[in-house]
Amino acid sequence: MPERSLEHTLSVPETLLPDDLKRNVLLTTVDAVYNWARRRSMWPLTFGLACCALEMIAAGASRYDYGRLGMDIPRATPRQADLLILSGTITHKMAPQVLRVWEQMPEPKYALAMGACAISGGTFSSYAVVQGASQLMPIDIFVPGCPPRPEALINAFVKLHEMLLKQSVKTVEWYAKEPKA
Amino acid sequence: MEDSQTVAALQDEHIDTESISINFGPHHPSTHGVFRMVVRLDGETVVDVEPKIGYLHRGIEKLAEERTYLQIIPLVDRLDYVCPMTNEQAFCLAVEKLGAIEVPERAEYIRVIMAELTRIMSHVLAVGFLWNELGATFTPMIYAYRQREYLQDLFELASGARMFHNYMRPGGVVADLPDGWVARARKQLAEFERFLDQFETLMTENEIFLARTIDVGVLPPDLAINCGISGPVLRATGVAYDLRRADPYSIYERFKFEIPTRSHGDTYDRYCQYFAEMRQSLSIIHQALNRLPVGPVFNEKAKRLRLPAGEAYGHIESPKGDLGFYIVSDGKPQPYRFHIRSTCLLNLTALRQMVIGQKLQDLVIIFGSLNVTMADIDR
Amino acid sequence: MSHDATLADLQAAFPDQVVEHPQGLDFTVVVLPDRLRELFLHLRDKAKLNYLSNLTVVDRPERFEVVYHLYSTIEPGPVFVVKVYLPDKESAHVPSAVPVWQSAYYQEREAFDMFGVVFDGHPGLTRLLLWEGFPGHPLRKDFVNRTYSFDEMGQTLPPEDQR
Repeated sequence: MPERSLEHTLSVPETLLPDDLKRNVLLTTVDAVYNWARRRSMWPLTFGLACCALEMIAAGASRYDYGRLGMDIPRATPRQADLLILSGTITHKMAPQVLRVWEQMPEPKYALAMGACAISGGTFSSYAVVQGASQLMPIDIFVPGCPPRPEALINAFVKLHEMLLKQSVKTVEWYAKEPKA
Repeated sequence: MEDSQTVAALQDEHIDTESISINFGPHHPSTHGVFRMVVRLDGETVVDVEPKIGYLHRGIEKLAEERTYLQIIPLVDRLDYVCPMTNEQAFCLAVEKLGAIEVPERAEYIRVIMAELTRIMSHVLAVGFLWNELGATFTPMIYAYRQREYLQDLFELASGARMFHNYMRPGGVVADLPDGWVARARKQLAEFERFLDQFETLMTENEIFLARTIDVGVLPPDLAINCGISGPVLRATGVAYDLRRADPYSIYERFKFEIPTRSHGDTYDRYCQYFAEMRQSLSIIHQALNRLPVGPVFNEKAKRLRLPAGEAYGHIESPKGDLGFYIVSDGKPQPYRFHIRSTCLLNLTALRQMVIGQKLQDLVIIFGSLNVTMADIDR
Repeated sequence: MSHDATLADLQAAFPDQVVEHPQGLDFTVVVLPDRLRELFLHLRDKAKLNYLSNLTVVDRPERFEVVYHLYSTIEPGPVFVVKVYLPDKESAHVPSAVPVWQSAYYQEREAFDMFGVVFDGHPGLTRLLLWEGFPGHPLRKDFVNRTYSFDEMGQTLPPEDQR
């Protein structure tokens, strides 16, 4: 059942319905259903690169539990995942593999840069580290911290869901007829 | 034709077989990090394995040459991220050896308590991840994480951070334990002991587990010593070599504890070794908590840290094994050469010999039982 | 046997190979690289130093120093440090310790990767942490540390099928 508390879910006024159907028929928009379904079952890809992986797993363990947000099935294969959590330092040696995994994920997909290393290289300003995952792919949400607390990661998930709710089938890039310039 | 006749006929004919080479990693469901192996298989039997590492090489040794010793402590935390306190302890040991810096009594006891708590945290994670690799996906790991969370609470109360504590300094520790910490620690340790009993009763005598881990990945003791293996992996083969007894550091000589060993050196022995060591660590922590003296926790003379020219090698028994730091100084605030003797890199040396002849699924378990952390291998 | 006894035994067995015994915090012996393997075999079998714990290289202005930290599991004690000086930095060769202690396998590859020191007799001396094509040897003092962008460094990576 779509949440009746969110205004943008039920964007069609109920006065359009005749009275005897009001209890059995729900009017909503394609966008609302599409976003509701995607938001409540966004499966992350288990992509632990370095130390942030431990806090990512802790966020999924019993104390913090991102499973209650619908994300409780982390997939090991990118083909079935919706969210790439880049947790850890991306080295130059690993960068092509990260990119390959990202390209293997089918759309709609989101990328989350977890931790200082994924955002900007972190404390490792050395010859071997890519200074931020933005050099590789478009990142939707950044979570600062070294490592970010599991609560911070869950906060990021909530923000990502809110961002997702604002997307529309008409304007998202994976359904666009022409690629974005 | 009957089956045996078919087989015999097939064996007479010349059938072309070739071994296949598969790539295992660097992204894979095992929770040990970005590790890649090129495995050559004959059916399901492993014929050859070649580990390819370096996917998490961050250049820590080069970075340390541009940072002061205090700035290196957070860097050192991130080496073996499962057990950060012991990394700090090893580094502080090397720096104190080079600078002839004394550590107050209370700081030594606090360091021992933190190091042994870290050892417990690391071993419980090793056990949880091993069950992950066996296929009991996530549930035993979540039990292990539950216990880790309680211990991380203790660390957070003392140092302010869950994971990278930045707590030890050359000359002591940065801050004293808050009020009520000792009582809380005692309570958590009692719960931990109950958890260990529960976990062992539930999991260790499982038939499938025994069938999958006994005689899998046997490591002979001579090969282990020659390969530079240390830590629980070495002690599970029967060699009672523990740096807390062999080359004592800090105040470990004052505590009564045994060095548990096992005899066969297979995966089951390594698994049991983790439990035995956790129990010994609990005993050490109880002794330290009972004898914790009052006093300062930091040697004020070490506040202006100036190391003389020279070199020193300081090593400790970290949860994974022998972790050492080789510091060469030329009198400047930054080290001239900073080398990390990586525990897990050497523990990986015998992987090939342990795995050849085993099946592919055993390869995963053997690698899991070695309990390596990629950040320690690649640095 | 104690380290002093080990040194005396070593000097007796290899009279011209032991160059120096510098004073320091750890017991250190400097040897020539010519008969290094026999020296190591002697240390492993006679002096019972059967555990090569650490192998690394230090880049001094005038030479490379290859440092070996040896321990004994049979008679546990403090570290016994063996050093080899290599004055020629352009082509630094030293015999490999892998036939004596297999723990040298990965550590020598790493030293080759980071410094460019060649270990003769190593069963497979290739770069370990970085890749063939990485510009230079990072831990040398003349390699200045800086950050590289993904595009810049990506060009030095070997093609897909050769990684």
